Amino acid sequence: MDISQSFAAAIGLILGGDPAFLAIVGLSLTVTLSAVAIAAFIGLPLGALLALARFPGRGAVIVLVNALMGLPPVVAGLLVFLLLSRSGPLGPLGLLFTPTAMVLAQTLLVLPIVIAITRQLTEDLHGEYREHLASIGLTGRSAIPTLLWDGRFALATAILAGFGRASAEVGAVLIVGGNIAGYTRTMTTAIALETSKGDLPLALGLGIVLILLTLAINAVTYGASRVGARFAG
Amino acid sequence: MLTKRHLLGATTALLALGAAALAQDTRPAATTAAPAPAGTRFITVASTTSTVDSGLFNHLLPLFKAKTGIDVRVISQGTGQALDTGRRGDADVVFVHARAAEEKFVADGHGGPRRPVMYNDFVLIGPKSDPAGIKGSRDIAAALTAIQTKAAPFVSRGDRSGTHQAELALWQAARIDLAATRGTWYREIGQGMGAALNTAGGMNAYVLSDRATWLSFRNRGDLDILVEGDRRLFNQYGIMLVNPQRHPHVKQADGQAFIDWIVSPEGQKAIADYKINGQQLFFANASDTGA
Repeated sequence: MDISQSFAAAIGLILGGDPAFLAIVGLSLTVTLSAVAIAAFIGLPLGALLALARFPGRGAVIVLVNALMGLPPVVAGLLVFLLLSRSGPLGPLGLLFTPTAMVLAQTLLVLPIVIAITRQLTEDLHGEYREHLASIGLTGRSAIPTLLWDGRFALATAILAGFGRASAEVGAVLIVGGNIAGYTRTMTTAIALETSKGDLPLALGLGIVLILLTLAINAVTYGASRVGARFAG
Repeated sequence: MLTKRHLLGATTALLALGAAALAQDTRPAATTAAPAPAGTRFITVASTTSTVDSGLFNHLLPLFKAKTGIDVRVISQGTGQALDTGRRGDADVVFVHARAAEEKFVADGHGGPRRPVMYNDFVLIGPKSDPAGIKGSRDIAAALTAIQTKAAPFVSRGDRSGTHQAELALWQAARIDLAATRGTWYREIGQGMGAALNTAGGMNAYVLSDRATWLSFRNRGDLDILVEGDRRLFNQYGIMLVNPQRHPHVKQADGQAFIDWIVSPEGQKAIADYKINGQQLFFANASDTGA
């Protein structure tokens, strides 16, 4: 009963084109994709560096990064909240309860995933092609761009894992965004709000739309990597 | 879209974060102007779940915006958390319902003066089967005593919200020492009003709710109002500007404009006009200086 209502609600939301709803979807995508882009920009080179560099305490850093993949969103949110609060060290920036704060919190969540998976993939790839890379004069860190390029399709999975984590989480964006209607309300915080209002069919309806969106993004990435792989031959 | 600006802002903040981590001093290296958030004039109001979940703000804010051009960004929290948000300077205005806590907030210099705005009332919700046999009573203390005696399940907000503080005061009024007598029948969930109602519905428990949230709540299941009308169930709301001396970034003029409008005849009429299914949810009483 309730679940069929939810599908009806989801279809109504998708076909209805309500501007407030579209703004929520837009903000969710903007925040999450921004966080994933920043995390990829920082995390891919850092992960590759961690794969190739040898320094004391490297093992500890790897364990730490791997463990941070399990950082609870609510903890990441609290950390960013305390940093950005007017009474915190970055208070003067005035960023709390803004989409920027949400991007920041989600970047913290995505970054360890990108670094950890990139590190593992690059290390494996490097082990396989070390001699070949050396023969064309690429040793040590100079091999990083080549390794990242060769591993790009596998690395897309690292980025998708990060995207999945960011798009699904509610704890961090709720704390640092404040779920302000029309400004920091995302799909997941809207779901939490409708649940607390007791409108469970609408809440689940929003959830169905979110899952469909995630599905679409994964499908596009998969399609793109298949096409890319064919051309890369 | 806003992508570029968000990216830029987040990158700036990340860099600043790194700088702050490097500096021994905990003060940020750069206090340059923040990227101005989208929109024009806005204030941030920390308020309670009851005013947001009941839809009151959806009714009031367009009227205020049309009159002044000021956007109001509302964060819905429990009263205790909303006051904390004001205390840290993360909101310009606090609009809550727990008079004692509000007066302490003002006395401690975090903001004020406190202006009474409106009231609604609390109702005791419970399963229609009513295992404690309290339906129709107008005596909240007797009803709570019956619940405790029968050890009937009771869901408490447990989140320092205005409703939670009111609930604790009512147990006290019933001369029940919760610390000594509470058992598994008393279930603190530490969540908002809607979550408490969902939980009570799921476990056939009693729960104290503000009437506004109850009236707009959609997942009632087997729950109903069992006790109402006791004057101890009165629920007063107050509004305060966060102290601009303590937090210089507080938007004093625009925040005060919102407060002035809420307590003006126009704002008070807007509050009184808000109805769900023909039922008035909040009763404006800004002129009652004793409230």
